[in-house]
Amino acid sequence: MDKYEVVIGLEVHVQLNTTTKLFTQVPYRYGEEPNTLVDEVVLGLPGTLPVLNKAAILKTVQVGSVFGCKIARKCKWDRKNYFYPDAPKNYQISQYDQPLCVGGFVEIELEGPARNIQGQHRKVALNRIHLEEDVGKLTHFGDESWIDFNRAGTPLIEIVSEPDMHSTTEVFAYLKSLEMHLKFIGASNCDMEKGQMRCDANVSIRPIGATQLGTKVELKNLNSISGVCNGIEHEIRRQIALVESGDKVVQETRRWDADKGESFTMRSKEDAHDYRYFTDPDLCPISLSESMIEEQVKKVPELPFAKQERYMKELRLPYTVTSVVCYDRNLSDYFESALQAYSKNPIAIANWVANDLLREMADKNTGWSALSIKPAQIAELVQLIDEQILSKQSAKKVFTDMFATGKNPRQIVQEKGLEIKVDLQALKKLCEEVIVAFPKPVAEFRAGKEKAINVLKGQIMRQTQGKVPVNMIDKLLLECLNA
Amino acid sequence: MNDLIFKPVEELIKGLQDKQFSSVELTKAYIQRTHAIDDQLKAFLSFDEDKTLKEAQASDERRAKNQCLSDLDGIPVGLKDIFSEKGQPLTCASRILEKFVSPYDATLVKKLRQSGLVMWGRLNMDEFAMGSSSENSAFQVTSNPWNLERIPGGSSSGSAAAVAAGEVPLSLGTDTGGSIRQPAALCGIVGLKPTYGRVSRYGIVAYASSLDQAGPFARTTKGVARLLQVICGSDAKDATSARRPVPQFLKEMCSFQDKKWTLGVPEEYFGEGLDPEIRASIESAIDFYRKCGYIIKPIHLKTIEYAIPVYYIVATAEASSNLARYDGIRYTYRSPRAKTVDEVFDLSRSEGFGDEVKRRILLGTYVLSSGYYDAFYGKAQKVRRLIHNDFMEAFKTVDAVLTPTSPVPAFKKGERTSDPLAMYLSDIYTISVNLAGLPGLSIPCGFTQSQLPIGMQLIGRPFEESTILSIAHEFERQHSFHTQTPQL
Repeated sequence: MDKYEVVIGLEVHVQLNTTTKLFTQVPYRYGEEPNTLVDEVVLGLPGTLPVLNKAAILKTVQVGSVFGCKIARKCKWDRKNYFYPDAPKNYQISQYDQPLCVGGFVEIELEGPARNIQGQHRKVALNRIHLEEDVGKLTHFGDESWIDFNRAGTPLIEIVSEPDMHSTTEVFAYLKSLEMHLKFIGASNCDMEKGQMRCDANVSIRPIGATQLGTKVELKNLNSISGVCNGIEHEIRRQIALVESGDKVVQETRRWDADKGESFTMRSKEDAHDYRYFTDPDLCPISLSESMIEEQVKKVPELPFAKQERYMKELRLPYTVTSVVCYDRNLSDYFESALQAYSKNPIAIANWVANDLLREMADKNTGWSALSIKPAQIAELVQLIDEQILSKQSAKKVFTDMFATGKNPRQIVQEKGLEIKVDLQALKKLCEEVIVAFPKPVAEFRAGKEKAINVLKGQIMRQTQGKVPVNMIDKLLLECLNA
Repeated sequence: MNDLIFKPVEELIKGLQDKQFSSVELTKAYIQRTHAIDDQLKAFLSFDEDKTLKEAQASDERRAKNQCLSDLDGIPVGLKDIFSEKGQPLTCASRILEKFVSPYDATLVKKLRQSGLVMWGRLNMDEFAMGSSSENSAFQVTSNPWNLERIPGGSSSGSAAAVAAGEVPLSLGTDTGGSIRQPAALCGIVGLKPTYGRVSRYGIVAYASSLDQAGPFARTTKGVARLLQVICGSDAKDATSARRPVPQFLKEMCSFQDKKWTLGVPEEYFGEGLDPEIRASIESAIDFYRKCGYIIKPIHLKTIEYAIPVYYIVATAEASSNLARYDGIRYTYRSPRAKTVDEVFDLSRSEGFGDEVKRRILLGTYVLSSGYYDAFYGKAQKVRRLIHNDFMEAFKTVDAVLTPTSPVPAFKKGERTSDPLAMYLSDIYTISVNLAGLPGLSIPCGFTQSQLPIGMQLIGRPFEESTILSIAHEFERQHSFHTQTPQL
């Protein structure tokens, strides 16, 4: 295995979640009754013509700017001709020699040595991103095949990487990064199960140190991220076995069968389609103005990795919590709104959002749109704790209540009488009693073993039923010990 | 009522306005005429009498309430079987679409409805608009009303023959390389191909998308101008339709009446292959204009010799892709012999398409193949640009170009069917107009000794349909060729 270098390039198709299809005003939604999201244009009836949905262009420009592509000032539409029953016109409107986005890269984050340690980042070079229309979906039952054209005509971007990945670890990180970024800017939901993101891989091997690329094999039907990795791993082993036994890798397209864990020849190089690309005479070339491009670039928010760097540096957030808060648009927007309401304790806010909020949402099966607890309310909760009005223990209960009712934390604290009321005299007395009652840890503490104080602290917390903030106990206990 | 059928549209409009007859009466006259002669003529592929009479009745009701939608409200119009009309067959004279009924209206059909026209029948054509004689129709060969042994021209064969024979006063056709002008010339009526982009192509079955354009047939230039008015205009459903205002054609052409235009006469259009009788007719038309005070200017259109090869590369390339959707899978004919997906494609298309269509699909597939693209399609696009430039250069000094429409009058059925190249030459004078995207018009300008109509072509600057209409009208005012009717 270590004699060879693996070279992988990916072609990833991603459905854009525009309101309507690429060339007609019919919406697309996953899982609808077959052939209900169609019109005469989608079905390619005689005489129909495509009319461009500009929103798809604008979204693709945003995607291009996320990945640092050069945005074309001029591009055009080409017909890719081939016969297949899922293509209503037997040609697909695509972009051949003038793609909308050229070059660029996808920043990926490799796995770190531990979960709480940030992994290495690297940039995977892109070749291009172009826009095209999706085709319908074939389903086979026994010897019958059925076609659903609901999906046909949905805008699809094809993100073509350079052969710039060298392991399935990188492939995994690449797909995760694509998914994260595209979801983050709201371009697609990227659900591979629903076909919103689909991936073909070009795989080759070469002796370590070689500069020329080996013969590539294209893998299709990789239907999940794990499927992509398994398929590629299998292909690498297959190619190495071929070369080791003195055979050659043949250029071909192979179909991955995830159930069997094997791939099969789909078509050889000789059977490759001649797509007879030519400019679609039904559509005009597109000119993109500087101001239009600028406007789209401006719409792109601060991206996850940059945000993460900033949070770690400026807000001193630990890596683990940033990797939750920054990688998801809803979470990061939520966190930032909360931070705006109360900026003194970002770590506490981040923890509430990344841990308690997410857990509660999962438990109660609540989506972002149905969420009744507002960011400013979480900020207020943190502030109550910071101001020693509420103890952390009680705060958990308050939070559960807030999540269920959407009430302000202050109101809940008042209604339930959870406000901290500390009798300093009594607390001091308690400290002194505990010091007397536990001479051993006291002695240890005085001998320099600082942790020994925890035993005393635990005793006091137990006796005050968690209503007294820990830092207050700390302070008094130290005073007594040092007295 | 039989005296109505050959009346020009101007008189029909007046008759309806003066309540001399109703739209139902008028429509019935054409229906009767169709029943009487179409067994011989074979201009109609199908018609729906009830539907048509309902439309006529609706028009009469509007008129009774003084709510006419336009001057043409209540006037029948025939449609080439290439325009999508909701609920009506749309066959393109092809077996592969024999059973297809369209579920939607073409933009042009919507416009006809909005102006209150009465749609009468689906007219025969060469299959998918490929041909010049109707002999490529899968269903029937239309006859020339002036001589039933001869062809009416094509591909809008039924549209031209039906108007010439008085089966309908107006009709619509499409013109990709001459398919309106050539049959208009051969049938002795007026036919106009508008500037590319004038008329929405939405709902018109595509042959060659960058060349196809729909246009009107009528007995007179005024009739053509009126119908043109109805169908023109930019359309959000056709990205190639021109985003520019549409002038009032009739008004504009009449306002041009006393203008003395400069006409270009290209030497290249009068060479070998031009029938001497046609040459003589065109020359006397040129004389007429000279006497009217027009300036006649000999010009050169040197790239014209490349027009036919360029056309048969561009048009077939686009056709090979446009016709791919007729595959036996969904709404088209499916071969009963097909067992596998590939057989559904192969057998359905082999059995469903006629020879000429197959020939052009093969040619188009070839010129787009990898390795041949640059030599054929790429080169053809460049030459196409040169042809356009040639015309635009000429239009710096002339207002319109005058040529014969067809090199020969209507030929006999079967005469050219075995020789596709001879058939392709029928369009030699019209084809470059499509490649350049210009407006072109054919009007009757004479008869051969054997009583076959001769047509004259006027080619205008882009979007200057009114100019060529006005020039044609000047000729028409002082000649009576357009008033003659076939013995049928």
